[in-house]
Amino acid sequence: MNNMFSPEKLQTAVDILKHDIPAAIFETLYVTLIATFFAFVIGLPLGVLLVVGDKGGVLPLPKWLMKLLNVIVNLLRSVPFIILIVVVFPLTRLIVGTTIGSVASIVPLVIAAFPFVARLVESSLREVNPNIIEAAQSMGATPFQIITKVMIPESVPSLVSNATIAVTTILGYTAMSGAIGGGGLGNIAIMYGYMRYNYMVILIAVVLLIVLVQVFQSAGTAISVKTDKRLK
Amino acid sequence: MIELRNICKTFEGAGGKVDALHNINLTISDGDIYGIIGMSGAGKSTLVRCINMLERPTEGEVIVDGVNMGELSPSQLREARRGITMIFQGFNLLMQKNCLKNVCFPMELAGIPKADAVKRATELLELVGLPDKAKAYPAQLSGGQQQRVAIARALATNPKVLLCDEATSALDPNTTHSILELIRDINKKLGITVIIITHQMSVVEEVCNHVAILDNGEVVEEGAVGTVFASPKSAAARRLVFPGGADDQVSNPHKEKRLRVVFSGAQAASMPLISSMAIEMNILVNIVSAATRCIDDRTYGSMLLGVPGGEEQAKMVAGYLGSVENVTVEEV
Repeated sequence: MNNMFSPEKLQTAVDILKHDIPAAIFETLYVTLIATFFAFVIGLPLGVLLVVGDKGGVLPLPKWLMKLLNVIVNLLRSVPFIILIVVVFPLTRLIVGTTIGSVASIVPLVIAAFPFVARLVESSLREVNPNIIEAAQSMGATPFQIITKVMIPESVPSLVSNATIAVTTILGYTAMSGAIGGGGLGNIAIMYGYMRYNYMVILIAVVLLIVLVQVFQSAGTAISVKTDKRLK
Repeated sequence: MIELRNICKTFEGAGGKVDALHNINLTISDGDIYGIIGMSGAGKSTLVRCINMLERPTEGEVIVDGVNMGELSPSQLREARRGITMIFQGFNLLMQKNCLKNVCFPMELAGIPKADAVKRATELLELVGLPDKAKAYPAQLSGGQQQRVAIARALATNPKVLLCDEATSALDPNTTHSILELIRDINKKLGITVIIITHQMSVVEEVCNHVAILDNGEVVEEGAVGTVFASPKSAAARRLVFPGGADDQVSNPHKEKRLRVVFSGAQAASMPLISSMAIEMNILVNIVSAATRCIDDRTYGSMLLGVPGGEEQAKMVAGYLGSVENVTVEEV
């Protein structure tokens, strides 16, 4: 520990910074964004179903189906991510062909994130004033029109701010998947920092992750405020 | 014409069944401005939602222009709803869309081409007096302006019936007055039948020509506004017509006889009846309360008299006043 910041260690850290960090940042970013995208592709419709399928909702679904959806979401949400990565290895191998590398880490990320996204979407859509939905019904809107023209457009600011939460959470997860074969900043921190006792590298990786979270959060908040026409 | 036949609605709540509506029968003619008035919880909002099937009646039939609303398929019902539009207490505009897009919205749902919708929406915003607010968002408008946009939106699909669910309850008296004027204008110009749900007597007085009084899920009184207001028969109607005025709630320490005198028409209301009675009959009465109001272009007056001289004198007063044309007297 006493030679943690020794000249040699600093030199290696700087070398890593030069050679590996740019690629790692890029990997972290694209894994995060692609995983968030697919998490929304699955999570958005699922979140919509969780709201409209309710008894008294816009499109009531059978009770057993709603129970099943809720159980699936809760089950996936309760498995610790690090275990989930290992559990979905066979699926990852089936889809990507390997379980190692950045692309492979997208599969467990999506599986971990979509139930979370579904819950975020659910909470956004539940904020929509039910009287506005009733007004749309009184105008002869179909359930599908209510979903696509009322519920989703009316909750855009809330969806954006929840998407920001999703992005930052998934960013955190990518670091974890870096520990088990994934790429990105997490991998660098574990491989060079933890395994080779170069704590400077861990520090750099963590600072970079903090900066990324800050950037995403500020951008998300700004977009959410800008899109909200209620605040004028 | 809208016919409500034996409408009943029961809600199954956690605390058992709630009887919201009980055996409602109403007929609303084309071109009417029909008021449905009642205290909170009387079932007014449930009743109006039965007309466009936002609430399905537990029993009974709703027939609009010969079509039984309860028997329509979901897509037929959506089509029918375009002809029976609605405005609300909370305006219920889309908050993330500007006024023009809000007015276009029902036309977009109906699949009307965008250019036509924009053209019609612009005309409608003009009709409701907000031509310059097309690009404004609802949050930038006052309550009265938001309700005007909601009215424009309700007119977009050329409805035959406009349902107003407590449409002025969230507005101040001046704004209420201007919104009611707009509704009356629309009724006259476009011939749209209007059904107004309210708890405010002043709203019914100002615009309606027919009224039904709803109390505890039942229609207790119904008819032309003038008739119902001139001589309210039910206790619920009296509570609404004479709120704190010429009612029998005023304390009566000397146990004198009380008579309610109602004048209908300008002629009856402008005669100095009490003074002439004092001179001719030599009977002095005590005026407990009195009010004059204008309903549907007719003047109505009501007065609560205290007669100190007992049964005999009260009969004489009733006889004297009752003999005048358009004056009715009843003992309270």
